[in-house]
Amino acid sequence: MIEIFGISSQALFGQLLIGLINGAFYAMLSLGLAVIFGMLNIINFCHGALYMIGAFVAWMLLNWLGIGYWWALLISPIITGALGVVIERLFLQRLRDLDHLYGLLLTFGLALILEGVFRQNFGASGLPYRIPPELTGGTNLGFMFLPNYRAWVIVLSLFVCLGTWFAIEYTRLGSYLRAATENPALVQAFGVNVSRMITLTYGFGVALAAIAGVLAAPIYQVSPLMGSNIIIVVFAVVVIGGMGSILGSIVTGFGLGIAEGLTKVFYPEASSTVIFVIMAIVLLIRPSGLFGKGA
Amino acid sequence: MSAHAGTTASSSAAAPLSWKPFAVLAIFLIIGPSLIYPVFLMKALCFALFACAFNILLGFTGLLSFGHAAFLGMASYVSAHAAKVWGLTPELAILFGTAIAMVLGLVIGMLTIRSRGIYFSNITLAFAQMVFFFCLQAKFTGGEDGIQSVARGRLFGLISLQSDMVMYAFVAVIFFLSFLLIYRIIHSPFGQVLRAVRENEARATSLGYKVEHYKLAAFVLSATLVGLAGAVKALVFQLASLTDVSWQMSGEVVLMTLLGGVGTIFGPAVGALVIVSMENYLAELGSWVTVIQGVIFVLCVMFFRRGIVGTLMDLWSKRNAH
Repeated sequence: MIEIFGISSQALFGQLLIGLINGAFYAMLSLGLAVIFGMLNIINFCHGALYMIGAFVAWMLLNWLGIGYWWALLISPIITGALGVVIERLFLQRLRDLDHLYGLLLTFGLALILEGVFRQNFGASGLPYRIPPELTGGTNLGFMFLPNYRAWVIVLSLFVCLGTWFAIEYTRLGSYLRAATENPALVQAFGVNVSRMITLTYGFGVALAAIAGVLAAPIYQVSPLMGSNIIIVVFAVVVIGGMGSILGSIVTGFGLGIAEGLTKVFYPEASSTVIFVIMAIVLLIRPSGLFGKGA
Repeated sequence: MSAHAGTTASSSAAAPLSWKPFAVLAIFLIIGPSLIYPVFLMKALCFALFACAFNILLGFTGLLSFGHAAFLGMASYVSAHAAKVWGLTPELAILFGTAIAMVLGLVIGMLTIRSRGIYFSNITLAFAQMVFFFCLQAKFTGGEDGIQSVARGRLFGLISLQSDMVMYAFVAVIFFLSFLLIYRIIHSPFGQVLRAVRENEARATSLGYKVEHYKLAAFVLSATLVGLAGAVKALVFQLASLTDVSWQMSGEVVLMTLLGGVGTIFGPAVGALVIVSMENYLAELGSWVTVIQGVIFVLCVMFFRRGIVGTLMDLWSKRNAH
């Protein structure tokens, strides 16, 4: 057994892996928040609740309809994304001309409703979700044992994050999106339906949360509280990365997950506060976040 | 929240100081306990003070803090600890808890006040969460159990607060004086500058006001009074727990303020009374209470942005105009 600073490499790599997994979820969730923030200028407070719903949809598909993990990975984001579209059309659209704080308050109210309904129907304890048979077991890497499902989560989330980043930075649709963020009136004048684009952007951000939810279902238990447990940390991640920055949210998400994992090894008492401490330091040095362009 | 800059808000600001609402309030406080269970009334008063102090920031400075539970919870822990472990008299325990909330307000305020709008909300929320985890892990807070069976002690070492009626009188006096103070602050030149900042920050800056100093002062003031509410609450219920420092509590105070009327003096107190009664009488509905709160939130944001008192004031001024 190799030891580093008196800590076995097994424990170190184990915590690093957990950190990486958490980081994958932070990254996917903060990416969704960043996409939504860029276009709608609101902090989507019900992002955690929608992540929870994504996981629950997967659970319902399996237990009520017998539809397995792989289809759920496709269907759940579509259903949850559609719910997002409805939320945008029904509520957020009417608040566009008001102070953006109203959007925050509205989504906070929605989060209370969604969480309350699920807690009433499913209780506060978690429901198990099996790892799909194709991904059970693990691989021995020599220095550590890597469960296949966890490897899959990291790979898929990286793929989703980088795919989103690529789509926004390098495709035609992405250029419309960035242009509409800069100057919606002008883009509208060029004949692009900005209103629909805003709605779909919101739906897409929500779908990202749902993907994270399905991925999370076999790792954490499916519980009505899973969203509110993670979302506050994700808010801090967003502040550190710089609100609205796409690449920033991905890098900070993974980075902070790892930082949290390392803290668990070296100074476990601080592991739940380390992200907030980093946030305070970042705010003192760069108030607009590591990748932000000014508040 | 610039959208609130309705005509009523500004006209009420120009109105001369009025003693009438305070006479009504005093009468309500005096006859209240003969109609309503005093412990419930004390709870409502604590939350009313919490919401009114929060409104200094949201309603009169235009800053939406999503982390005010940090001040409520921290002050409540500190005063509970001071009363129980150090055996301080209640007034000293409350003062100490309030002072700690003030210091915490100064620290968090200095770190957050430069950010605006949504950034400010997000950052205050994150700091409050940091305080939450501190309270979860620190030794003196008792973790998940909180600090239980705190003795109310003797006021000034003389008057025992054990009886609910004596305690109520004490709480009612504190509430009345704090309320008077908030009213006075809002109607002072300082309060006028705060409103100028809310309406148009750039203009306030160009008029030569150091906007950040004013905002920080409002933040610290708000945190201090919230701390007072928390410190009193700990003695009333003889308990300090994680509930008071959780982010749900930060959300609840926003709801109370929004429901009662952002930027009105009495609104938040009314909103607090409504929400606390709802929680009290609908407690057996379990999670549906959260759902109902969420629905009220959505309805307020969508259709009822002036809140109860704001809407009443609008109706009143309309009637007087005819």
